[in-house]
Amino acid sequence: MAFEYEKWLRPGKLPHIWCPGCGHGIVMKGLIRAMDTLKLKKEETAILSGIGCASRLPGYIDCCTLHTAHGRAAAFATGLKMARPEMNVILVGGDGDGTAIGGNHFIHACRRNIDMTYIIMNNYIYGMTGGQFSPCTPTGHKASTTPYGNPDPCFDIVELAKGAGATFVARGTAFHANQIDKLIVEAVQHKGFSVVEILDDCPTTYGRRNKFKSVVEMMNRLKEIAVPVKAAEKMTAEQLQGKVLTGVLYKDVTKPEYTAEYAKVIERAKASK
Amino acid sequence: MEKTLPIIEINEKYCKGCHICVEFCPKDVLEMKGFYVSVKNLEACIKCMQCELRCPDFAIKVITD
Repeated sequence: MAFEYEKWLRPGKLPHIWCPGCGHGIVMKGLIRAMDTLKLKKEETAILSGIGCASRLPGYIDCCTLHTAHGRAAAFATGLKMARPEMNVILVGGDGDGTAIGGNHFIHACRRNIDMTYIIMNNYIYGMTGGQFSPCTPTGHKASTTPYGNPDPCFDIVELAKGAGATFVARGTAFHANQIDKLIVEAVQHKGFSVVEILDDCPTTYGRRNKFKSVVEMMNRLKEIAVPVKAAEKMTAEQLQGKVLTGVLYKDVTKPEYTAEYAKVIERAKASK
Repeated sequence: MEKTLPIIEINEKYCKGCHICVEFCPKDVLEMKGFYVSVKNLEACIKCMQCELRCPDFAIKVITD
């Protein structure tokens, strides 16, 4: 039976602004399926975003939403979670929003291990502002500001989140559409800061500059480079050259969660009076 | 037992003509007709729901009951 997306969508908001073939719509559907699976209550779920194509997502979903300043979704979300620890807080954003302009807020939210889920849609580029290169644009690839190829090495969001202290890190792709909701379900259930990177396609500003003939070719590239983490265990380093691992890549349940620790601080302060 | 056919609903107000559903349908059920997608061969549909799952624009629904 067809899935009823309508009950999670704000009436009259579709069609969305994303370009034909943009994977953000696939990720949004995954998020809606995940929220439905988890039976989240609309009044107890908050979706926050910064600025960018991916950050338009909360505008379409019918629950508590907050569209904040560029890159500052994690900062606003930290405030929200501190004030209302019972809320389910989900952040969405793109690679430029999350790792460049909001890079500082991102690593410190990881470090604090505050209980929220950050879904980063990595389309390798700043899409909305005209295709400038982002920290996730692969070396040598073209963007509007690097017409002769990008000289910068790129960020690995998974390793960045792990290194900064996030306790749940997963990666999926827009091609593996039915895996997206499963990863998000696990991430939301995890107590602590969870990062889900979804590799995405941007046919308009990235694909057309990097000789992708169609959206389908971009989707097939995601299929080719993705290797499930269990399959990768049996592969050699040579075979893994140029591939990215997908699935749940890191999970730590021993690190204390920030709002729980802060509640103890409040208790101590009250007791000392 | 007679095979029951699904109803494939296509919302042309939402469809942006990206071809994803046409390309990823394993049974070649859909085709592009002008700008929008349309059903070419409903009998071949195996209700795998790939088109509904992958459509980024909420434009396709496969109703099976």
